[in-house]
Amino acid sequence: MAKERPGAVVGVDVGGTFTDLVELDQTTGRVRLAKVPSTPENQAFGVLHALKAAESDLAALDLIVHGTTTTTNAVLERKLAKTGLITTAGFRDVLELGRRTRPRPYGMTGVFKPLIPRDLRLEVPERMDCDGVVVTALDEDAVRVAGQHLVARGCEAVVVHFLHAYANPAHELRAAAILRDIWPNEHITMGHALLSESREFERGVTAAANAAVQPLLDRYIRRLVEELRKGGYAGELLVMNGNGGMVSSSRVALEAAKTVMSGPASGVMAAAYTGRRAGIGNLITYDMGGTSSDVALIRGAEPTVSNEVEIEYAMPIHVPMVDVRTIGAGGGSIARVNPAGLLEVGPESAGADPGPICYGLGGTQPTISDANVILGRLDARQSGRRGSVTPGDVQAIFARDLGAPLGLDAVGAAAAVIRVANLKMAGAIRMVSISLGADPRDFALFAFGGAGPLHACALARELGIPRVLVPARPGITNALGCVVADLRHDFVTTIGTPLDMLDESRLHRVFASQAGEGEALIAKENIAIRGLRRLYSVDMQFVGQTHLLRVPLDRPDVDRETLRHLFETAYFDRFRVELRDIRANLVNANCSVIGTRAELDLSALIDPGGRRAGMSEAMRTRRPVHLGGCWHDTPIYWRDHLPGRFTLAGPAVIEQMDSTVLIEPGDRARGDGDGNIVIEIGGGG
Amino acid sequence: MTLDPITLTVIQAGLQQVCDEMDLSFSRAAFSPVIAEANDRSDGIYSAADGSLIAQGSGGLPVFVGTMQYSTATLIAMIAEGRAAAPRPDDIYIVNDPYLGGTHLMDVRFARPFYRKGRIFCWLSNTGHWPDTGGAVPGGFSASATAVEQEGLRLPPVRLFKQGKLDKEIMAIIASNIRVAEQRIGDVKAQAAALLVGERRLNDLLDRYGDETVAGAIAELHERAAVQMRAFIAEIPAGSYDAVARIDSDGVIDEPLTIRLRVTRKGDGLVFDFAGSSPPCAGPMNSVRATTLSSVYLAMRHIFPEVPMSAGAFAPLRVTGIEGTFLDAQYPRPVSGCAAEVSQRIAEAVFAALVAPLPGRVTAAPAGTSGNFALGGHDPARGRDYVMYQISGGGYGGNGDHDGLSNGCSTIGISKAPPVEIMEQAFPVLYRRYALHEGSGGAGHHRGGFGLDYEVELRRGTARASFVMDHGRFGPQGALGGRDGACNAVTVWRSGVAHTPQHLSKEQDIALNPGDRVRVRTPGGGGFGDPFTRPPEAVLEDVRLERYSVQQAAQLFGVVVDGAPPRIDAEGTQALRGGRAGAGAATVSRRPR
Repeated sequence: MAKERPGAVVGVDVGGTFTDLVELDQTTGRVRLAKVPSTPENQAFGVLHALKAAESDLAALDLIVHGTTTTTNAVLERKLAKTGLITTAGFRDVLELGRRTRPRPYGMTGVFKPLIPRDLRLEVPERMDCDGVVVTALDEDAVRVAGQHLVARGCEAVVVHFLHAYANPAHELRAAAILRDIWPNEHITMGHALLSESREFERGVTAAANAAVQPLLDRYIRRLVEELRKGGYAGELLVMNGNGGMVSSSRVALEAAKTVMSGPASGVMAAAYTGRRAGIGNLITYDMGGTSSDVALIRGAEPTVSNEVEIEYAMPIHVPMVDVRTIGAGGGSIARVNPAGLLEVGPESAGADPGPICYGLGGTQPTISDANVILGRLDARQSGRRGSVTPGDVQAIFARDLGAPLGLDAVGAAAAVIRVANLKMAGAIRMVSISLGADPRDFALFAFGGAGPLHACALARELGIPRVLVPARPGITNALGCVVADLRHDFVTTIGTPLDMLDESRLHRVFASQAGEGEALIAKENIAIRGLRRLYSVDMQFVGQTHLLRVPLDRPDVDRETLRHLFETAYFDRFRVELRDIRANLVNANCSVIGTRAELDLSALIDPGGRRAGMSEAMRTRRPVHLGGCWHDTPIYWRDHLPGRFTLAGPAVIEQMDSTVLIEPGDRARGDGDGNIVIEIGGGG
Repeated sequence: MTLDPITLTVIQAGLQQVCDEMDLSFSRAAFSPVIAEANDRSDGIYSAADGSLIAQGSGGLPVFVGTMQYSTATLIAMIAEGRAAAPRPDDIYIVNDPYLGGTHLMDVRFARPFYRKGRIFCWLSNTGHWPDTGGAVPGGFSASATAVEQEGLRLPPVRLFKQGKLDKEIMAIIASNIRVAEQRIGDVKAQAAALLVGERRLNDLLDRYGDETVAGAIAELHERAAVQMRAFIAEIPAGSYDAVARIDSDGVIDEPLTIRLRVTRKGDGLVFDFAGSSPPCAGPMNSVRATTLSSVYLAMRHIFPEVPMSAGAFAPLRVTGIEGTFLDAQYPRPVSGCAAEVSQRIAEAVFAALVAPLPGRVTAAPAGTSGNFALGGHDPARGRDYVMYQISGGGYGGNGDHDGLSNGCSTIGISKAPPVEIMEQAFPVLYRRYALHEGSGGAGHHRGGFGLDYEVELRRGTARASFVMDHGRFGPQGALGGRDGACNAVTVWRSGVAHTPQHLSKEQDIALNPGDRVRVRTPGGGGFGDPFTRPPEAVLEDVRLERYSVQQAAQLFGVVVDGAPPRIDAEGTQALRGGRAGAGAATVSRRPR
């Protein structure tokens, strides 16, 4: 085991545009931050640049935790390792046929590219039935021939995916054993290994994604470790998983699919951690980016985790992931007037290139960011990367494209864009929260990302959310998530029985075995932990239903009556429907084992030495900001200069390197010990 | 009252949110997998005066675009005439009568008057597809019914909830006439709860913006939706566009049914004239007026997805000539095929008519059948009776930008197919194959998508197989020189002897014993544009991936492929294609924005 309290911990998160780094030295209390451009061709360069920019002393670091988009990008862009599939005779097209949907309800078009092309999907005679009974024996020679064929075709990874392997994995195990003798490397994924549940498309895609990113992640991590060692680093490298936990670099490639979507997950972990320290356990997280925004729900400081995330059309990756939902509005969302003469914002986005007009990169269509600039909410200089566009240019386009058809001037058009965009985003957040069974009014809004804190107060007011929490460093929240993440392993075991017929002792044995397995995995990691937590839950439904309702359990040794009561209560809370006469099914037993790490002090995320004594010293300037239909002469503060526990009343703008916080009239903001801003939403607006 | 466009936008978004929250609430709480999993439901807000559509949830099944406005209109008229009970607050009417503005009997509608200050401000209504409403066969899709009474229990509008309380007597009558009745109370409560969610959220909206403002906005939005639709119609050059679409048979008499459609742009409106279509049929492939109109609207929404769902958007669309045809069937004609099959053929006719004037927006014909295969029997191992449904997808038509999608869902649906593993857990069957229907995509510059090819074997007990499918005789139509997609093909192997259903795509109660098999190959999509202009590399790729044979590459696309690994024979291709290679690609215009 490593020492109890590591000294210097680095979290480094590679995003689409920037690589962010935060280093917390618990001994000296020192914090270092860096934000450098990402290097998509090899993310390791960005990581090293960030370490250099932060002047981190690699030899003195105790731990580096890394969030990477290597696997996410590989899947979404289909830049995958050449991968083959060996599957049950008659079923090679399962990965291509999917569940026969189309991408959008209206419009009879769509494009789908399977992870493994048809000529690399080979069939072998074998068949299990749904009870795991062999119908057709495995043709071992056929496996060998298929394996040799795939090797000859240059495949780097292979998936063995047989029907009903979740019920009996014997054929998959045997086929994998045969392949090990002929496969040139370790990249063999069995369908049942990551997800031992029925549904052949979802299980197959999950396995195929794992196989197809495994060689890429393996190479990437090896290269990064090597580079870090060369730089003098002697500690452990941990990698973030999509469930918000982390695993050691030596094991991460085994279950490479679990790193998909780990970036958004680490942001949510940081939110949960920050919220818990601030005494706010129920949060809706809102990360507003350039093209879209991410929303997640945290209850009792626990992020919602789902096993059924579909990362794009027909691409289900069914491993436990923090349930982050993407809504189609970001700073680059384009505003236009439709043929009915009504204003629409999004879903088209100007993206990062050319981006909003104010970027000066050639963008010519009005966006949310441009509206923020016109209204003085966003500093024109801060928003732009080049100086070639003047605020007058932006105004002229707003007046022409939006103002003229709507009968408004440029400012009126910009205010309308913000109003409609906020309404749309609030509606989408509301849909996310009710689909997860939550009333937004019971939550605080955790706003991060570059633009999240700019819209947070308006969104909270629209949603009836009483309070907004803006962390100290909204723009590097994902990197902070790496630093504060715990070790975590999630288990799902399908039980599938009517509650009346449940063998209670079997359930208890399942929980015990899940907990034991998780504890053993955590013990293998060379990481100090403060303690172990085990979260238990069951997935239940009424007989005849297909939806599952997750019911958290305080303890694993529950009896049938308690389960029935907890389920009926949870069902009523969610749907306001009582169904006393219908029996319940217990479908899954779930356990998460969490190795909690030492508490980190976040108070130095904003350097205490830089804080000024009073508000007037922290004020940079004043400028007119358009809020609630009129211009307000508004103080503009510099976040790093604000006194420790300040209070202020809106309107106010607080600017910092990576974000802008807008406090609207009627709202009251205060600083807390960790450098967060807590905003109480007033009634007006 | 004139309202500024921003307030209009805000209220439009608010009304949409109310409907979307109803949709979400309904499917999350529903019992029926058809509703919960397949989203075979819809929720909306309807005008108090005439029932016209104000807003509808964006997650609703496409076939319900606009249908509830007809049932709500009929209900309002019946109340006025004293043929239905007068409404009181917290009442909920139930109705599934196809001839009173409906679809088939399984689509059960609830309608709730929404009161403000003691007066009905609007109606909230939803539809959910119940798994069974009685009748000759479980599930209601009888291929050989000749009267609606054989299809299930028909409910006129009656108040199932009276001032908030469920009428247990009416519920008892319903429960005594349908299968798996004990679970329906779950759907009834979910359907009613969704309307309550709508009422709460609509009250919030009205409290915030004021009743008069919202009422004014609704009227104005109606007008503007019409303006928006007219702007899209203006993309269509003035003139008339003809199309024909055919249904294999009605399931009873083995003769094709014909839809004749002439779309005429008159000014800034479109007239859809169905005169000359087949008369009402003996079997269940009749449509009712509401479903026929909705099918036209849903086709137009596939073409112009940007148009809001509002009666105003449909105002510039006029449907004529359906009287006396099978598209406007009257009592007691059987109608169970209207929503699942006839509606898709109506949509196909609209696509076929408009693809020439709108080549950037309209695709060649999609598979266009719900592919309903039902297997009912007794499982001796579990000692119980069962009914299994396999609904399947098919290829989509090629379009101006891309090849068609393979194995897409029906034109009128958005539902997922059940996994093979789940089917085998639930029913005594073993799938021998679940594969791409090779060669099925219609040849074209952009080819059609491929259908599905599955084969299922009965393992235990005896069973009866029924099929309500289509496109067995005529493949989905190609467009602009593209070829038709492959036909649907059903083969039943009994004791090793192959049997083809008499009506190709429809037959009821074929007896099966253990070891007997059913193979279904679903249609491919129609091709788009001249196949001889398809880049030879794309044809080679399809051959390499075994989607087409070498022979098909030559016959259908004029591309000669040989060798192993396969390569293009440039000279042979040149010889087959003559001067046509490469030409024509430019005639395919891109989707305008």
